[in-house]
Amino acid sequence: MTATTAPSTPDTAARAPTPQRRRTLGRPARAAIGFASGALLLFALAPSVLSDFRLSLLAKYLCLAMVAVGIGLAWGRGGLLTLGQGVFFGLGGYAMAMHMKLADAGPAQLPDFMALYGQLDELPWWWRPFASPWFALPATVLLPMLVAFLLGSLVFRRRVRGAYFAILSQALAAALVIFLIGQQGTTGGTNGLTDFQGFFGYDLDDPVNQRMVYFIVAGGLLLLLALARQLMHSRYGELLVAVRDGEERVRFLGHNPATVKLVAYVVAAGMAGLAGALFVPAVGIINPALIGVVPSIEFVVGVAVGGRAVLLGPVLGAVAVAWARTSLSEEFPAAWTYLQGLLFVVVVAFLPGGLAALPALLRRRRGEVGT
Amino acid sequence: MTVLVGQLFTGVSIGAVLLLIALGLSLTFGQMGVINMAHGEFIMAGAYTVYVLQGAIAGAGVSLLVALPVAFLVAGALGAALEYLLIRRLYARPLDTLLVTWGVSLILQQLARDIFGAPNVQTRAPDWLTGNVPVFGDLTLSTNRLFILGLAILAVAGLTLVLRLTPLGRRIRAVVQNRDLAEVSGIPTGRVDRLTFFIGSGLAGVAGVALTLLGPIGPTMGTNLIIDAFLVVVVGGIGTLKGGVIVAFVLGTLQSLVEYTTTLSVAKVVVFVAIVGFLQWRPQGLFTLRTRSLA
Repeated sequence: MTATTAPSTPDTAARAPTPQRRRTLGRPARAAIGFASGALLLFALAPSVLSDFRLSLLAKYLCLAMVAVGIGLAWGRGGLLTLGQGVFFGLGGYAMAMHMKLADAGPAQLPDFMALYGQLDELPWWWRPFASPWFALPATVLLPMLVAFLLGSLVFRRRVRGAYFAILSQALAAALVIFLIGQQGTTGGTNGLTDFQGFFGYDLDDPVNQRMVYFIVAGGLLLLLALARQLMHSRYGELLVAVRDGEERVRFLGHNPATVKLVAYVVAAGMAGLAGALFVPAVGIINPALIGVVPSIEFVVGVAVGGRAVLLGPVLGAVAVAWARTSLSEEFPAAWTYLQGLLFVVVVAFLPGGLAALPALLRRRRGEVGT
Repeated sequence: MTVLVGQLFTGVSIGAVLLLIALGLSLTFGQMGVINMAHGEFIMAGAYTVYVLQGAIAGAGVSLLVALPVAFLVAGALGAALEYLLIRRLYARPLDTLLVTWGVSLILQQLARDIFGAPNVQTRAPDWLTGNVPVFGDLTLSTNRLFILGLAILAVAGLTLVLRLTPLGRRIRAVVQNRDLAEVSGIPTGRVDRLTFFIGSGLAGVAGVALTLLGPIGPTMGTNLIIDAFLVVVVGGIGTLKGGVIVAFVLGTLQSLVEYTTTLSVAKVVVFVAIVGFLQWRPQGLFTLRTRSLA
C-alpha cells in the first residue's frame, strides 16, 4: 500500500502534534501496535471483566461504532454529511432478520408474525431468496451498497452537494421508515422483526452463544477499522480529503469528484449494512424506530462528539454516547435529552474536531501560556 | 369527478401547509445558507401558543385570531435568539449549523415535554371552521382547509410585498444576491440576517397555528413536517419564492393523488423518487438565482 511508502504526506504534517513530541516509530508500526492493543482490549480484557449483560451491551455499542467508522470516512474525510445511514443499517439488519425469521420458522412455513397478522397464505416473492444464507449474508452488505450506489451516482453526478445531499439522504430515511410501517403484513410494521430463536443453528438464549456473537461483532469492528485505515492512507484517501476541501480544484486537476465521493458513500453504506446485520443477533430486534431520521442523526452525533476526521474518533464517540445514553437515560430521561442536545451544540459549535481534538487544543493553550 | 376534485383539493391543502413551513426555511436557507433543523420546533411553539391562549381566552375563534400574531412573535423571537446566540457564529460552516440546530431542537422538544407534558394536547376549533362549504353537486370543501389555504396565500402575498416594496425587503434581496457587495454599500448585514431569521421563524409559528386545525399538537410534531418542507426548498430552488410556491403545491397534489390510488407509504416513496429524478434534470432547483460562483 501507499501508506508504507509515503510516511510524510501532507496529512501527517497537518496532524503531527508538536515538535517536542517527535515519534520514533514509523506509522505502520504504530498502527500495528494500535490494532494489537485494540484486539487485546476487545478480545481478552472486556470478556474477562464484564458480565454477560454488560458484554452484550458492549456488542450493541460496537455495532453502532461500526456505522460510525463509515460516517467518519464519508463525512470526516469526504465532507459528505449523510443523515441517512439508518437506511443502510436497516437494510442490513432487515436482510439478516428476514433470514433468521425464515430459519426459525423452518422450510415451507411462514414467519410467526405473518401468521399472526394472517393476511398472507404464502411467502411474498421478495422474502424467498433470504431463506438461503448464501443469498442473505452477502445481501446484508451488498444491498445497502447497491442502494447507496444508485442514489449516489444519480446525485453526485449532477453535483448535488452539501446541504442538498444531507437533506436528500435524510428524506430517504424518512421514506423508508414510512414504507416499512405501511407494509405491516410483510415487514412487521412498527414492531419490526424480533423474537429470534437461533443464529445459524446456535441457540441465542444461551449465554455462551451470546458471547460468540460479541466476538464476531468485535472482530467485524476491527476489520472495518483496518479497511478504513488502509483507505484513508491510500492515494484514494488523499483524493477524498482533497475533494472535501476543494472539489473544483480536484475537478480541474482531471479527477472526477463524483466517483471519489461515490466510493466513500458506498463503502460507508456497506459498513452500516454489516453493522445492522450483526446488530440483529446481538440485540435481538430491528424495527423502524432504530433506523429512522432520529437514529440516523444520532449516528452522526457520536461521530461529531468523538472527532470526525480521525480514525478512532468516531468509534470512541459512538461508544461513549451510547454508553452515556444507557446509563443516564434510565435514571434521568429528561436530563439526558437536555444533555445530549447541549453536548451536540457545544461540541459542534465550539469544538468541531470533537473530543479527539481536545488534547491538541489544550496543549496549544498551555504552550501559549508558557511562552 | 367529484372524488378527483376532492383529492386535488386535499393535495392543494397539503401543499398550503408545506408552503407555510417552507416559506420561512427558504428565506433563511436562501439568504444565509443555513439549514435550521429547529424550524420544526418553532412550528411547535406556534401550535402551543394557540393551546395556551385558549386557556386564557374563552372563545375558540377569538383566541385563534389572536394567536396568529402572537405565534408569529413568539416563534420569531425564538428564531432571532437562536440566530444571535449560535447561528451567526457558524455562517462559514453551513453543514455544522444543521447539526447544531438539531441539538437545539432536541432541547426545545424536551422543554415542551416538561412544560406541557409528553402526551399530545388538543385544541378546540372555532365553530366557523368546523363545517363544509358546498361547491357544486355533492362536492364539499372543508372550511378549515380553506382557511389554511387562505392563510398560505396571505403569507406569500405579504412576504412578496415586504420583499418587493419595503426598505427591509430591498436589503434582504441585496444580501441574498451578493453579501459582500451589500456590506460594502453600507447595509448592516448582521442586522438584516437577524430580521430575516425573525420573519422566517415567525412564519413557522403561523404554520403551527394552522396545524392546530388539522390535528393534535405534541412535542415532536415538527420533526416529520420539516423534512417535507426541506424537500420543497431543495426542489424549488433557493433565493426565490415562486419556486417554493409551485413545488409545494405540486408535491402536495402528487402525494395526495398517489396516496388515493395506492397507500401513504407508497406515496412517500414515489415522491422521493420523483424528487431525485427531478434533480437529475435541474440539480439547482426549479428556479435559482444566477451567480458566477462555482460552489
